[in-house]
Amino acid sequence: MSIDFQELTAEDVSRHFGRRKALSRISFQTRTGSILGLLGPNGAGKSTMIAVLATLMRPSGGAIHYGTYTSPAAGSALRSRIGILGHDLFLYPELTARENLAFFAGLYGARDANGAADAALARAGLADRAHDPISSFSRGMRQRVALERSLIHGPRLVLLDEPFTGLDDASTAALVARLRGLRDEGAIVVLATHDLDLAEGLLDEALFLRDGRMVDAVARPGALRSTYRSIMGRSS
Amino acid sequence: MPKWFMPLAGLTAVMFAAAPFIIARADYESTMGLVQKIFYYHMPSASMFLLSAVVCGIASARFLFRGSPRQDRVAYAAAELAVLFGAITLVTGPLWARKAWGVWWTWDVRLTSSLMGWMVAWAYLLVRKYGGPGSDKLAAGLALFGMANAPFVYISVNYWRTIHPKTSVVPTLPADMGTALWFSFVSFLLLFTLLLRLRVHLEEQRAKLDTLYLAMDE
Amino acid sequence: MRIAWLVLKKDLTVEVRSLEIAYTTLFFAISCVLFFAFALVKEGKAPEDGAAGILWIAIAFAGTLALGRTFERERQSETLRALLMAPADRPAIYVGKLLGIIALLIAAEIVLVPLVAFLFQAPLLSHPFWLAAVLISGTIGFAAVGTLFSAMLVRARSRDVLLPVLLYPITVPVIIAGVRATAELLQPDVELALVRFWVMLLLALDVVFVTLALWTFEPLMTD
Repeated sequence: MSIDFQELTAEDVSRHFGRRKALSRISFQTRTGSILGLLGPNGAGKSTMIAVLATLMRPSGGAIHYGTYTSPAAGSALRSRIGILGHDLFLYPELTARENLAFFAGLYGARDANGAADAALARAGLADRAHDPISSFSRGMRQRVALERSLIHGPRLVLLDEPFTGLDDASTAALVARLRGLRDEGAIVVLATHDLDLAEGLLDEALFLRDGRMVDAVARPGALRSTYRSIMGRSS
Repeated sequence: MPKWFMPLAGLTAVMFAAAPFIIARADYESTMGLVQKIFYYHMPSASMFLLSAVVCGIASARFLFRGSPRQDRVAYAAAELAVLFGAITLVTGPLWARKAWGVWWTWDVRLTSSLMGWMVAWAYLLVRKYGGPGSDKLAAGLALFGMANAPFVYISVNYWRTIHPKTSVVPTLPADMGTALWFSFVSFLLLFTLLLRLRVHLEEQRAKLDTLYLAMDE
Repeated sequence: MRIAWLVLKKDLTVEVRSLEIAYTTLFFAISCVLFFAFALVKEGKAPEDGAAGILWIAIAFAGTLALGRTFERERQSETLRALLMAPADRPAIYVGKLLGIIALLIAAEIVLVPLVAFLFQAPLLSHPFWLAAVLISGTIGFAAVGTLFSAMLVRARSRDVLLPVLLYPITVPVIIAGVRATAELLQPDVELALVRFWVMLLLALDVVFVTLALWTFEPLMTD
């Protein structure tokens, strides 16, 4: 069974851990072919929101609608349309780049896992390092492999949690180009970051989070840094 | 607290106050004398221990598969009561055994199985206390495995010491002691119900407090 | 099932690359056996049934260590999360991990059995078929519960200490059955009916535990 969706809607999503409120009644909507940014300081709830969108965590209140589907009902078929890149990269350091990609391709049901892995390596520009273990890669190269891993099944929804951490200029530019490419192909990209300079010009929409609450939502954001400062400066 | 709580508490208090007299009036057992009367505490405690364990297991299953937070509270309360009644059983048992069999402990099937069950109940509490986030589900899983395990523990311990199963060491009761025993049993059952309700109530209050706290700055 | 096989292959590949868990677990198991030998052997003779007990204790301790290490690895790059994200049936992931643990423990047992036989003059290899049956059915039971609990504990606090706390009371029947059956196999005139009884008990236990684990894996792993 394969499913697909064109919009992503968060409806009054809350999540708490005991007495700590990580997310508080967040609502937004976004469509295919757009890049949504989750911006905010550390501890604002960006990573939690990503986890909820990825169906790794169930919201304590509210719901996420993937088109007409919701997470518990759609089950594992929904997961095949979601790709996630956390800042922990999800790669096995002892395996080679090719083995990592082939494993995840197989896990996601690709018929030709090795072929998919080779294609992904070519896209990342790392075909020559295919048989080297991940532990020998630099942070930027690992990031590239991890990105390909998260995209290997052609997901509709791409979630990225702080993807620019530790990247040099060249890698950053490559990542930005890749994300723009994804957007043009019709993916829904949700990007959590606290790096405002990078986000500028890349985002189609921006959500500002603070202490788990949505402080503001801006379409077509420009001059992010000053917007950010003015929004965050308003006392709650 | 539900309406039946206070009247039931009153009744239980009266029964426990009356119990020593009823027990004293029951016949003296011929060989063991006074010490045998520990049995009136031991057997009901053991039954309540078993009941608590079963309640915990069922509530854990319902919590895991339906996600009902109330069942989680019941499971936690039942586990605590299992440790409590298990402790009473494992203390009163050896006290009786010393007189009856001359030893404090023997690797008898019931004793050993009870001890293992008690350890699982303890493990449940340790997980709830020190497990961090998600420990409610963890503990529920443990309770389920503990319950599924019980028959295997019994069978394996039974055949552990000898190939041939021993006949039960718990003496069959002459009818005249029956009244006292039933009285004790009912008292303990009422006590179990009260304690369970009270403990679940405590957890409910805690949960309500959490909700209020969370709703505070909405 | 295909997923289980993929996970197993991946685990074996990772393990073969570094052999870290294999070596450390094996070394630990051997030290365990020696430790018990020094503690229990008097005048050059182990206590009756000592060999059987020591073998199984070494397996249990080494197994706990291996379980902890295997899931610690998954925790490090949060790869367990990535596994859970896949559209695979969650129980399939459990089966893959379970088979890996069983393989590791069997490998340890292959070394331990001759070692114990040698150190304690115990005729462990007199009925190899039956011994294999006892070891395999016991290992499956132990690993079934161990894999489930370790997976659950990945995100918990105090996970190293909690694994034995959870695992040992539950696996008591496995140990009892395993030791009794092994001890019986060491007797000069073996009563095979008795051994058969214990193996049947272990197999029944395996079925119950694995079924329960498959059933509860999904709700236990979702947040």
